[in-house]
Amino acid sequence: MTESTMNPADATHRHVIPAGDWWVHEIKRGQTFRIHDLEGNQAADTLFYNAADPTDRYSADGTIQAQQALYLSTGTKLMSTEGNVLLEITADTCGRHDTLGGACSRESNTMRYAHDKECMHACRDSFIRGAQEWKVELTKRDIACNINFFMNVPVSPEGGLTFADGISAPGRYVEMVAAMDVVCLISNCPQLNNPCNGWNPTPVEVLIWD
Amino acid sequence: MKPILERTLSGAGMWSGIISRGKRLRLTDLEGGANVGMLLYNALERHERYNMPDTLKGQHIFYLRAPYCLHSDMGRLLASIVRDDCGWHDTVCGHSDAARVLAKYGEHNYQEARNEWYRNGRDCFLIELAKWGLGKKDLVPNLNWFSKVVADEAGKLSFVSGNSKAGDIVELRFEVDTLVVLNTCQHPFDPDPVYHPHPVKLEVLQGDNPATDDPSFAIRPENVRAWENNETYHSLRF
Ligand SMILES: [Zn+2]
Repeated sequence: MTESTMNPADATHRHVIPAGDWWVHEIKRGQTFRIHDLEGNQAADTLFYNAADPTDRYSADGTIQAQQALYLSTGTKLMSTEGNVLLEITADTCGRHDTLGGACSRESNTMRYAHDKECMHACRDSFIRGAQEWKVELTKRDIACNINFFMNVPVSPEGGLTFADGISAPGRYVEMVAAMDVVCLISNCPQLNNPCNGWNPTPVEVLIWD
Repeated sequence: MKPILERTLSGAGMWSGIISRGKRLRLTDLEGGANVGMLLYNALERHERYNMPDTLKGQHIFYLRAPYCLHSDMGRLLASIVRDDCGWHDTVCGHSDAARVLAKYGEHNYQEARNEWYRNGRDCFLIELAKWGLGKKDLVPNLNWFSKVVADEAGKLSFVSGNSKAGDIVELRFEVDTLVVLNTCQHPFDPDPVYHPHPVKLEVLQGDNPATDDPSFAIRPENVRAWENNETYHSLRF
């Protein structure tokens, strides 16, 4: 756990993302970016792109490879597909974040839960709309494996994978500093089938400091 | 039965091809210690691709082995693992790139080394992807057949040497017509200080479509539902 010294009152950008909504925004090199879990155990599904070249984007396997570890926390460098550092996590009051679990989609909900869940809102729909509305239109091909901030997906030494109860709580946050100009795309997960959020998706707040 | 295709990839070899539904791809680790980096796409809809997260969370596993399946990002199955002599294959650690190979093994370019030069997984993927109209946007977390990586409680990863022995086989049955892109570059965490990609035999074999009680589907209700999505896709399309 690493506390931040930043004061929310000094943030230059502040926005609450309601559950099930998306947010796309540029974060400039050197700026500090915080995601704030307002009510606890929410999943902030997050993608980053190099603002100058969106084909250079967050790489889950590249990030796992660079730190030779699965979970993200203070000190983790978020790596791009071209081997660049996009951002570095500098504060974290949650403890660990997931980059294995990816996003929910309407299609994967039919596989994971039941065929009749197809009609329910899912993260990939939000990612697609956010990606289409960015200055450079991005498509489904640009949507790769994302970070799930505040999600707890423990892996056992025997190779089991579980979606455990959250380790986040109201007011916890993760903060990172941009190492280059990046575009951040968040889907604030609308998932109603996962016990991790108590079947109750809640808002998160994003803050940026110069 | 005589294979439809039989080929040995030596050094850091690469291959790509479309293998239709029902056919099988058999990979044989000829010396032990091989690694096969692999990406998969629906041959007819190439934006549909292998999805590491859905494969793991759909089956509650961190690694792959028979009789588990390989899930696409569209709620469907691309392939099932029908035979496996190793019991553990990695899909989270990605592939090597030029900078990593240079830092780990040193410079060994084509001009000096000819076909003994040092290649890397990323370049091999991009070369083969380009031949099918795909590129950097299509690079997603890949499979690493024959390689075992375990995580401790804190999530720290370690490579387990000796996972695959000479003669070990992994065999996939394709559940849709699939574009297969692969290379035999070393795993990024292979602790061998010597650049030494091991040869792998590829065989494509004739096969049949599975029954609904196939072990790969029966192992998880998620796989049954994904298979039902495949059936819907095929009945609409063909
Ligand atoms: Zn979601």
